[in-house]
Formats: sequence, C-alpha cells, structure tokens
Amino acid sequence: MLFNVKNFTRMFAVVVLVIGVTMSVAHTSDARADDDEDEGQRPTVSNAKWKGECGACHVAYPPRMLPAESWRAIMSGLDKHFGSNAGLDAASANEITAFLEKNADARKHDASGKPLLRITETRGFKSEHREVAARVWKNPKVKSPANCTACHTQAESGDFNEDNVKIPK
Amino acid sequence: MMLRVFFAFGLVVTVAAGLTANSAFAETPVEVLAAIKAEASGTPGFQEFSAARGESFFKTKRNHDLSCSTCHTDNPAAQGKHSETDKIIKPLAPAANEERFTDMKKVAKWFKRNCNDVLDRECTPQEKGDVLAYLLTVRK
Repeated sequence: MLFNVKNFTRMFAVVVLVIGVTMSVAHTSDARADDDEDEGQRPTVSNAKWKGECGACHVAYPPRMLPAESWRAIMSGLDKHFGSNAGLDAASANEITAFLEKNADARKHDASGKPLLRITETRGFKSEHREVAARVWKNPKVKSPANCTACHTQAESGDFNEDNVKIPK
Repeated sequence: MMLRVFFAFGLVVTVAAGLTANSAFAETPVEVLAAIKAEASGTPGFQEFSAARGESFFKTKRNHDLSCSTCHTDNPAAQGKHSETDKIIKPLAPAANEERFTDMKKVAKWFKRNCNDVLDRECTPQEKGDVLAYLLTVRK
C-alpha cells in the first residue's frame, strides 16, 4: 500500500515535471515555410531561458534565422562569444541549444561546410536588406546590423514584418 | 487509496508552485549583501563594505576603456544601454528596480560575466560588496 502511494507520488512528480518542461520548451508549433516572403508572419516560438539569457545583451535572435549547425557552433563557443564570455551553466545551455535546434532554419546556409556564426552573413539577411542604404548602417542610432530593434520596432516579440520597420532618421 | 493519491498530487503541485514562486524572488538585496559579506570577511585585508569605494569602483574606467557605468550609466537608478548592441538595460539600483539582487545565482553570474568584460578578471568579494553597498544607497 505504502509502496503504491510512493509510486503514485513519483508518477505525479514526473507528470508535473514533464508538463513544466514541455511548456517551457515551446509555446507554439513551428510551421515552416520555405520562402522568405512571409518572414514577418511566421509564428514565433519562445522559450523562457532563451529569452532571458540570450535576450539579456541583445535581441534574442529567433532560432529560424540560422541553421541548427550554426546554433550548435555558437552554443559550444559561448566562452568566446563575439568578444565576451557569455558562458552559461550546463542545464541552461542544453535547454537553449535544444530549443534553437528544434526551431532552426531547416535549409543549409553555406555549402562550404563551415557553419555561419553571424545572421548578417546569411543569404536571407543579405537579400532582405539589399535595399537598405549604406548611410542607414552608418547612422549612430543603428550602430550595428546586429541591433535589429533600431529599425524593426517589434523585433523583441519576434516580429520582423516589413510593415513594422521604421528606419531612424 | 484515492484520498492518498489526491494528497500526494496536492503535495507535488504545492511543492512545484512553491519552487516556481521562489525562483522569482529568492532573496532580498540585503540578504544578498550579507551572503557576499560572509564570503568577503574570510578574505585577507577585508574592510567593512563602503558605498563610497563602491561608487568609485563603479565609475572608474578599467581595461578596454570600460567601467560598470559605461553600460549602466553614472546613475544606476536610470536605464542603461549595452555598449556593443545598444540593448536597453533596466535600472540596476534596487530602489529603481525591485528585481535586482533578488537571486544569488543571477547576481553571481552577472558579476562574473561583467567583471570579466571590464576587468579581464573576476571581482573580489570585497569589490562586489562595495558595489552593492553603493547601489543600495542610490535613490530613485
């Protein structure tokens, strides 16, 4: 009898854990589209750890902007992350890596076999920004192409829709 | 039997809820300061934490021409900005942002990360305590 209760307690603990993990890993399904035309309309995925850790220093760049191999390379080199040591505890790093991989861009970005580490070097980024004038990039209000929110006013919520772009003067 | 199962379930849910709530505001800034002090008082040359020393540490530029105030500004009650990415940083002073210094793990993580960026080394417990003592004197 006691044994049974113990088992039930364990089972419920596991169930609660599984529910918790599932909820934190993904909030929405990830319908993939193969063209870039509806970039802004694609459903956004989120994860609290990813948002909190990655989003502390820069926009939490959406997983769909790089392929899984790129995310793996970035996540395994966090101690030298674009000039800063952004190392995380193993549990957080694992959770974030899994989230990024699951929702990554399914296409390969580069045939050379070397994973791209910068979203700005992807074909998608370049083609989407080909009409942006050089002076815009030089504007101190933009400062860096990594600063999505300078123009993409809703970038924080994962919305990169062209309608919400406002280029600073 | 069913009653016990319900009890067990209730217990699990309560514990889970408790853990979730705790992770949001695990400590108060004063508790965090006490924990840093416990660590610092064991180190050689320890002096009582000083807000004045903390303020000077906070505002003094070190390696790479960076100081704490490069990103957090000279007024820790104000909103800051990441020096590389321009990402907005919420106020650091507990008086202006009640979330600050309420989670020991988070505090340790950010001191480690930011001290490495600014000083190319970790901060000593003395330095951390001085800085927090200073931040606690900052009013909105």
